[in-house]
Amino acid sequence: MELVSMFIAAVLINNIVLTKFLGMCPFLGVSKKMSSAVGMGVAVIFVIFGASLISYALYYLVLVPLHLEYMQLITFILVIASFVQFVEMVIKKYSPSLYKALGVYLPLITTNCTVLYVAQQNITEQYSLIETIVNSIAVPAGFLMVLVIFAAIRERLESADIPECFKGNPIALVCAATMALAFSAFAGLV
Amino acid sequence: MNKNKSSFINGLLTENPVFGLYLGICSTLAITTSLNNAIGMGVAVIFVLTFSNIIISAMRNIIPNEIRIPVYIVIIATLVTIVEMLIHAYAPSLYSALGAFISLIVVNCIILGRAEAFASKNGILASAMDGISMGIGYTLSLLVMSLIRQILGTGILSFSNPFTDATIFSFTIIPENYVISMFKDPTGAFLTFACCAAALTAYINHKKKKEASR
Repeated sequence: MELVSMFIAAVLINNIVLTKFLGMCPFLGVSKKMSSAVGMGVAVIFVIFGASLISYALYYLVLVPLHLEYMQLITFILVIASFVQFVEMVIKKYSPSLYKALGVYLPLITTNCTVLYVAQQNITEQYSLIETIVNSIAVPAGFLMVLVIFAAIRERLESADIPECFKGNPIALVCAATMALAFSAFAGLV
Repeated sequence: MNKNKSSFINGLLTENPVFGLYLGICSTLAITTSLNNAIGMGVAVIFVLTFSNIIISAMRNIIPNEIRIPVYIVIIATLVTIVEMLIHAYAPSLYSALGAFISLIVVNCIILGRAEAFASKNGILASAMDGISMGIGYTLSLLVMSLIRQILGTGILSFSNPFTDATIFSFTIIPENYVISMFKDPTGAFLTFACCAAALTAYINHKKKKEASR
């Protein structure tokens, strides 16, 4: 039960994009088309899940026994960068169709701050292994959900009459503000 | 010198990294709730950006092209770790206010972007200048955002010494009953950002029109 409420809290109440402002670059960059939004969201779930589990294992099995906790940041960012590169190579070799769908988004994920944030959150909040797994799925799931909603709004915006200076990203941010307002109503749900 | 000066001003205004190029948005939205956070974050980014530009520029001829991104990331992560430890030791209240966003400077696109676009191709001095001007452009954007949000959201404009927590100045600008607390929340962050970015676009469009009619 605790895990379920943790999942809901991470997806709706503490949504990574709308309350923590992380992953803004892909949020603005790939939300112009629904298909690319879904592709990016799925790729992010996959990378965050893999990278945070590896970081978690490395932290408790290598860094803590050796008293190297201060190397956390450098280790994690290297894990993320190499994991993304590795996944890209594996997918390219074994599943060309999946590579076609996700390939262009994978390199972008290295600089998606969500990945590093989740890996660090698992450590600073002192989550257990199961909590880490739930958290590493819930946070990017929230990202996927908001990205898809946002892409749907932006497809509608294409045909709207917008003042010259608000065209493009500024109006998208105004929409994000409205979404954040709507999501703030979820506070206190769990 | 003239060219340097104009590129310096470009970095601050027309090519402002935050409102013009949409780089480093995450931290801009998240930490601009008070002037203190904005200045602390700005100084940390100027430090990391300048030194990463200097180091990468100095090493640009010995870094193999294929693995340059991982090398840049390790250099940046090392600098960020140093900054994080310094802030933790000397300004604990700033450390708790900025939270995870100090370590997220690593993935701030401005730093990797400048390393890739400028420092890997130019000399040490030029790279250092570029780092400082981009860093100041970023800090100015943070200041504008935090001024708007702090005044509208809390009605008080205050600044305190990050090392001792002593208040340096504090004015009440808007009476407490008329404060729009929404501006402290994520909604206000997005809205302020959208308006600032639109204002910059309007200014650039206006300038272009003026030049075209000349």
